[in-house]
Amino acid sequence: MDTYEFTKILGTTVESSNVLKKTPTGIKGFDEITVGGLPRGRTTLVCGSAGSGKTLFAMEFLVRGATEQGEPGVFLAFEETAVELAQSVASLGFDLDALIARKLLAIDFVHVERSEILETGDYDLNGLFVRLAYAIDAVGAKRVVIDSLETLFSALGNEGILRSEFRRLFRWLKDRGVTAVITGERGDGTLTRHGIEEYVSDCVILLEQRVHERVATRSLRVVKYRGTEHGTNEYPFLIDAGGISVVPVTSLGLAHHASEERMSTGVPRLDVMLDGKGIYRGSSVLVSGTPGTGKSSLAAHVVHSACRRGERCLYFAFEESQGQFVRNMRSIGIDLQPWIDQGRLLFHATRPTLVGLEMHLANIHRLVESFEPTVVVIDPVTNFSMVASEFEVRAMLMRLVDFLKSREVTTIFTSLTAYGSALEGADVGISSLMDTWLLVQYLEGSGERNRGLYVLKSRGMAHSNQVREFHMGSNGIDLLDVYVGPAGVLTGSARQAQEAREHADTVARQQEIERKQRDLARKRAQVEAQILALRAEFEAEEQEVLAVVEQDKRRELSLSRDREQMGRLRQADPSKQQNGGAG
Amino acid sequence: MTSLVNGIHADVSPDVWDLRLYVAGQTRKSLLALSNLKRLCEEHLAGKYRIEIVDLLQHPQLAEGDQILAIPTLVRRLPEPIRKIIGDLSNTERVLVGLDIRPR
Repeated sequence: MDTYEFTKILGTTVESSNVLKKTPTGIKGFDEITVGGLPRGRTTLVCGSAGSGKTLFAMEFLVRGATEQGEPGVFLAFEETAVELAQSVASLGFDLDALIARKLLAIDFVHVERSEILETGDYDLNGLFVRLAYAIDAVGAKRVVIDSLETLFSALGNEGILRSEFRRLFRWLKDRGVTAVITGERGDGTLTRHGIEEYVSDCVILLEQRVHERVATRSLRVVKYRGTEHGTNEYPFLIDAGGISVVPVTSLGLAHHASEERMSTGVPRLDVMLDGKGIYRGSSVLVSGTPGTGKSSLAAHVVHSACRRGERCLYFAFEESQGQFVRNMRSIGIDLQPWIDQGRLLFHATRPTLVGLEMHLANIHRLVESFEPTVVVIDPVTNFSMVASEFEVRAMLMRLVDFLKSREVTTIFTSLTAYGSALEGADVGISSLMDTWLLVQYLEGSGERNRGLYVLKSRGMAHSNQVREFHMGSNGIDLLDVYVGPAGVLTGSARQAQEAREHADTVARQQEIERKQRDLARKRAQVEAQILALRAEFEAEEQEVLAVVEQDKRRELSLSRDREQMGRLRQADPSKQQNGGAG
Repeated sequence: MTSLVNGIHADVSPDVWDLRLYVAGQTRKSLLALSNLKRLCEEHLAGKYRIEIVDLLQHPQLAEGDQILAIPTLVRRLPEPIRKIIGDLSNTERVLVGLDIRPR
């Protein structure tokens, strides 16, 4: 896992700079928050109330040391016998008998019964030292657990001797160079009932168990760790079949790689709104809205399109069962069953109240690690508030987002907002963790409710500022333009009415144009007809004129002919005669 | 188990005092405890006691059997029940009560 690599790197830098050597506990997550583990060769106090997991923490420290680091350990038990201890940790997969047989572990049960003991005069605890030394030498132990030293206070009466002997014991452990864990019961207002924390100056860890809404949550805090940086927060942890897992809040920090790759949301129009390319791979997307606005359907689209591309998706449903969800999505034209059958989609449906927040987180961690999806859906994220306070949910989401981002998993969180509350306000707490925030909201008007979708934010892209009508039909989600006019945003039938109106307007305009064109044509025809008529008239006139001219010519000709004839008849004209006589 | 104590043949009885003193090396407390024990036994259990000294530095494996933590520890193995007295045994009265030599 990447995080462990990270720890190892940090661990080696600490070692090489020779500041303070650390011993990895092997407890999942713990070595990350302590940047390497417990102080090597020093004593660590692990305190907490009854049932907070002290003994288990201590035992896992030894078992992991023996199996993973090759460091044998000694468990000095004051409260449970070796057999009882072996039984109680067998459920966590620790086989103590095998470790004892391989000389990797020694358990010495120290039984002290006050009624059997009488004190007279001065004494010391050399018997304990001898036993511890004997056990350490027997296996060559590098790690020692004493669980729990404070039992001695109730068994032996002389507190003065005990305190000075404890001080000697801690010094002795240090001189032996073993890394020790001492457990102590939580006292009233003090870390331990008898204040043994004052002898442990190097490292103090506090384990607590808190109950919220009848669901118990365990948490761990590094109260003190001298000479090193460490996480100071309260880290939730859980105990399950794999031992203890501490889930660090900022174990991964903000160092994750930001992908340039974009992926489709499965709704083409939504991709267009998101800069035309969809969401960034590995980003976190929040889809919030009131009940029934289609948040899950939107998530199903993302899953569907990812599965179609051959990717693997993990769907955490906290409201619907797999069967119900598949059926419901089929009604909008999305068939998820084939993906489930092909193993591309893993559906994990649980009630949020079934286990505590930490268990949910651990479940998600484990499933993501084993299934290795590219898309994870948490539907809805708001249901976690049933089992924890808002603050805890936020802290948990932060860790979840960090974890998923570090693995470049695209995550869709749906968030249910109550009617009447300010939609943007309701999710402000978690929205800062999100890269893209889609809001599906009902738009009321004209006696109906229609869904409107906004992109409230989307980091790293020029997203649309438009409201789109969110329409769910038998072919899935479609986004339609909405009409924004003097009457506000129009959706649904109002939009349709507007569309019809606009259509009528268009038709009317079309008709008007056609009419005008017809008028023009007619006018042209008229003009042309007039031209024709005029030309005809002109031609008629021309004919007439030409005819008259011809007539005149002919008349002129006949006149002159007549005159000649008459001249001839009247004995020629002198001038004409002379001319003609000379010729 | 039988033993010859003071020339009287006695079987396992309250009259046989089987005591074991655990020490860790020759420390001042250990020596003091041993001398206190011897004096006390001579005074009150003359002739019917047996003291075994176990040095845990030499036999550390023996500490577990009697669940020894404190040093010095005196264990009354017989008569039963087992009793443990820790400390240098300087308070004779308390030791006598602890060993049930004196009624409580």
